[in-house]
Amino acid sequence: MEELDGEPAVTVIPGVNSKKNQMCFDWGPGEMLVCETSFSKKEKSEMVPSCPFIYIIRKDVDVYSQILRKLFNESHGIFLGLQRIDEELTGKSRKSHGRQFSSQVRGVTFVVLASLCPHQFIEVGWSLLPAGHLLLHLLDWVRLHVCEVDSLSADVLGSENPSNHDSFWNLVTILVLQGRLDEARQMLSKEADASPASAGICRIMGDLMRTMPILSPGNTQTLTELELKWQHWHEECERYLQDSTFATNPHLESLLKIMLGDEAALLEQKELLSNWYHFLVTRLLYSNPTVKPIDLHYYAQSSLDLFLGGESSPEPLDNILLAAFEFDIHQVIKECSIALSNWWFVAHLTDLLDHCKLLQSHNLYFGSNMREFLLLEYASGLFAHPSLWQLGVDYFDYCPKLGRVSLELHIERIPLNTEQKALKVLRICEQRQMTEQVRSICKILAMKAVRNNRLGSALSWSIRAKDAAFATLVSDRFLRDYCERGCFSDLDLIDNLGPAMMLSDRLTFLGKYREFHRMYGEKRFADAASLLLSLMTSGIAPRSFWMTLLTDALPLLEQKQVIFSAEQTYELMQCLEDLTSRRPVRGESDIQQLQDEDIETTKVEMLRLALARNLARAIIREGSLEGS
Amino acid sequence: SSDQSVKVWDKSESGDWHCTASWKTHSGSVWRVTWAHPEFGQVLASCSFDRTAAVWEEIVGESNDKLRGQSHWVKRTTLVDSRTSVTDVKFAPKHMGLMLATCSADGIVRIYEAPDVMNLSQWSLQHEISCKLSCSCISWNPSSSRAHSPMIAVGSDDSSPNAMAKVQIFEYNENTRKYAKAETLMTVTDPVHDIAFAPNLGRSFHILAIATKDVRIFTLKPVRKELTSSGGPTKFEIHIVAQFDHHNSQVWRVSWNITGTVLASSGDDGCVRLWKANYMDNWKCTGILKGNGSPVNGSSQQGNSNPSLGSNIPSLQNSLNGSSAGRKHS
Repeated sequence: MEELDGEPAVTVIPGVNSKKNQMCFDWGPGEMLVCETSFSKKEKSEMVPSCPFIYIIRKDVDVYSQILRKLFNESHGIFLGLQRIDEELTGKSRKSHGRQFSSQVRGVTFVVLASLCPHQFIEVGWSLLPAGHLLLHLLDWVRLHVCEVDSLSADVLGSENPSNHDSFWNLVTILVLQGRLDEARQMLSKEADASPASAGICRIMGDLMRTMPILSPGNTQTLTELELKWQHWHEECERYLQDSTFATNPHLESLLKIMLGDEAALLEQKELLSNWYHFLVTRLLYSNPTVKPIDLHYYAQSSLDLFLGGESSPEPLDNILLAAFEFDIHQVIKECSIALSNWWFVAHLTDLLDHCKLLQSHNLYFGSNMREFLLLEYASGLFAHPSLWQLGVDYFDYCPKLGRVSLELHIERIPLNTEQKALKVLRICEQRQMTEQVRSICKILAMKAVRNNRLGSALSWSIRAKDAAFATLVSDRFLRDYCERGCFSDLDLIDNLGPAMMLSDRLTFLGKYREFHRMYGEKRFADAASLLLSLMTSGIAPRSFWMTLLTDALPLLEQKQVIFSAEQTYELMQCLEDLTSRRPVRGESDIQQLQDEDIETTKVEMLRLALARNLARAIIREGSLEGS
Repeated sequence: SSDQSVKVWDKSESGDWHCTASWKTHSGSVWRVTWAHPEFGQVLASCSFDRTAAVWEEIVGESNDKLRGQSHWVKRTTLVDSRTSVTDVKFAPKHMGLMLATCSADGIVRIYEAPDVMNLSQWSLQHEISCKLSCSCISWNPSSSRAHSPMIAVGSDDSSPNAMAKVQIFEYNENTRKYAKAETLMTVTDPVHDIAFAPNLGRSFHILAIATKDVRIFTLKPVRKELTSSGGPTKFEIHIVAQFDHHNSQVWRVSWNITGTVLASSGDDGCVRLWKANYMDNWKCTGILKGNGSPVNGSSQQGNSNPSLGSNIPSLQNSLNGSSAGRKHS
């Protein structure tokens, strides 16, 4: 950014002597490794570098601070809310919601600023507004912040006799404190109606309220005119005070003092004001309504001091709000991106401004581009953290140009140390139709599982990746294991494959073969027999496995009852012949091979015998049935 | 490293790094070491002065080994086609399958493929590209977009007088099924030590960083192919977007971060520098890592504010090759 003027930051690596030796480095997903080498341009290279350490450099150390984590989570919520509002509302109402978020973001921001740079004031003026409008904006802000007024107002007005309500005068006072003089006047008129004795002074007060000069947005008078008028009005109020006009009604007198900007009177209303920045705004309203942004922070500081009155010390939020009463987009962005190594503040602020369409209006023609740029930076930083990366995902979602592809790159690099995390990541990818990433991640996990001989895990990952080739591979391994050990591992998985079985032929075979074993175990011999036969005849079974299948048929052939029909037996025989006729010609063989072949031959003999016997029995049985 | 060995560090659950393997790999200095994509398992390739390149795979060891925190690496294949020192080895982007390229001082780039990814001992030499200059470094274009054919950039540190342009770009041609030269960067005339394509974030053009007597960044915009020359390699518009001589000396290594937004370079000045473009695409230096020779305080696990050695770093298996920053000086 052009804001980053000046020299780049130098990070010192202890123990390494750059004057002598070169450094080498490599990138990680979120950080960098560096170490010293033994290569020197000046001297003869030594055998070993003098510094034996490898360093890990991380840019955004802030990501790991406890305070900031809470902050990131909260601001993430606000960010999402803002994006969604954008999707729902039209432009007009967007601005007011934006302002509401603005104060929330500001509040949250300033906690951070306090913890990071408590003595740093961000010096700028809120130059978004034309001179004089600052106060209007501040009043708006206060009104948004202090919401109890409306409920109180409803309460009071809803009662039978509003002016006799306990909180009547509180309400009027609050309205005055917030500069809502029209409403205050209306309340006073009720009092006037209810108690004719004070009607006169109520009217006078009402007039004062009505005639207070204020700058309104459509107003064409100059600041000087305004100040003059205000001065006159102020003097008029002063006169009423001197004349003790309102002496009979302490409430009204106190209101007058408030309107004169009397600090003591204001401070008496501490409870109604509830916080010092409200105090500040009211004070400004009634003593210096045309305050310039530049002067604001002097008032802010003294308001804080007066309000706290030495009883309590300012909280971090207070200090930050103090800092916040100077607000220039340019300067803030510049200062923060230098002072805070983390992009958090800048990214969120820019996003907020973009949503309020304030970036454009302020001469920053690169508005949305910059917003995206900053958000991308911030989100990338989040990915370096083991759990905050999830927040980063949402941010990328709302970067229309490069968000998706950045997410694709980052999400593949998240270390998947636990199955839970892997599933979380996959869910995120699947929600966004990132099929390539899903495939890749599942493949990596499947590969890892295969290497660690966790075949069940490997299989389930291959299925999720819809990777037929790998599923075939893993199924082969399963089958091989079975041949070697005589039993299956991960029975649960294989038994419950369901439709996933269709992914690859080999996998289907594995599933069906296991089903065969189950049937056999349940003594559903006829079903098992049919299945076994169909496995061979349908071609699903790999030829290399046929011998095993045929051997599996043996116990079925040798049962007391006839299981295979004659037809089936013929088919089995056919398969056996197919298998034996294709065997390689016996060439030069060593003893082991001869032994193996011997075993093979024996098996084949046994099979032939069993098949023949079964055929005989089957024919007899079928013949008999037909006969009867 | 120049002690002919490769060391591998693993990050454990608790966040500590341990050297889990260290073994002699070649009979000469090891120049470079590179990881394959984890989709292929834990696979490394190394190349050396001894004229060979080798592919290694981690074997999950006995449980005893695990307790001792050791892992075993097995050589799967040795590629011996080169008659001179093999100066660089790089795996191709994963969408191309299990493929790697080597380059040698004899000026030839060789591309090998393992057709069966589960069998790492079978590699076949698919292409030999003659660069006519002694090669020092190669970089695959990581873009997996179908709009781009596979592309490889080759840098040379040839010091002979008639070797002028030191960077060449080769592109795979679907029709001829061969790699053909697409471009030569005429403006790079000094010896090139390292070269790196940036990860492509959906850009229509490519970014290439070059480590030579300074740091240079080029963009290559594919020019729309005319109908007549549809058979030939793509033509590119080449622009230099940044040139930095901050190192004030030879730059030995350049490398991009995973999003291709930050470039890091190391040089003879002993520093590592970071380069970044702002949203207006202006590049500048955003950080310097430098050692001032001050002694390290405390144990290696403690850090000061920077650099920080902490836990919570995403686990990263990385091999360290002491010579990756430079090579023997002639």
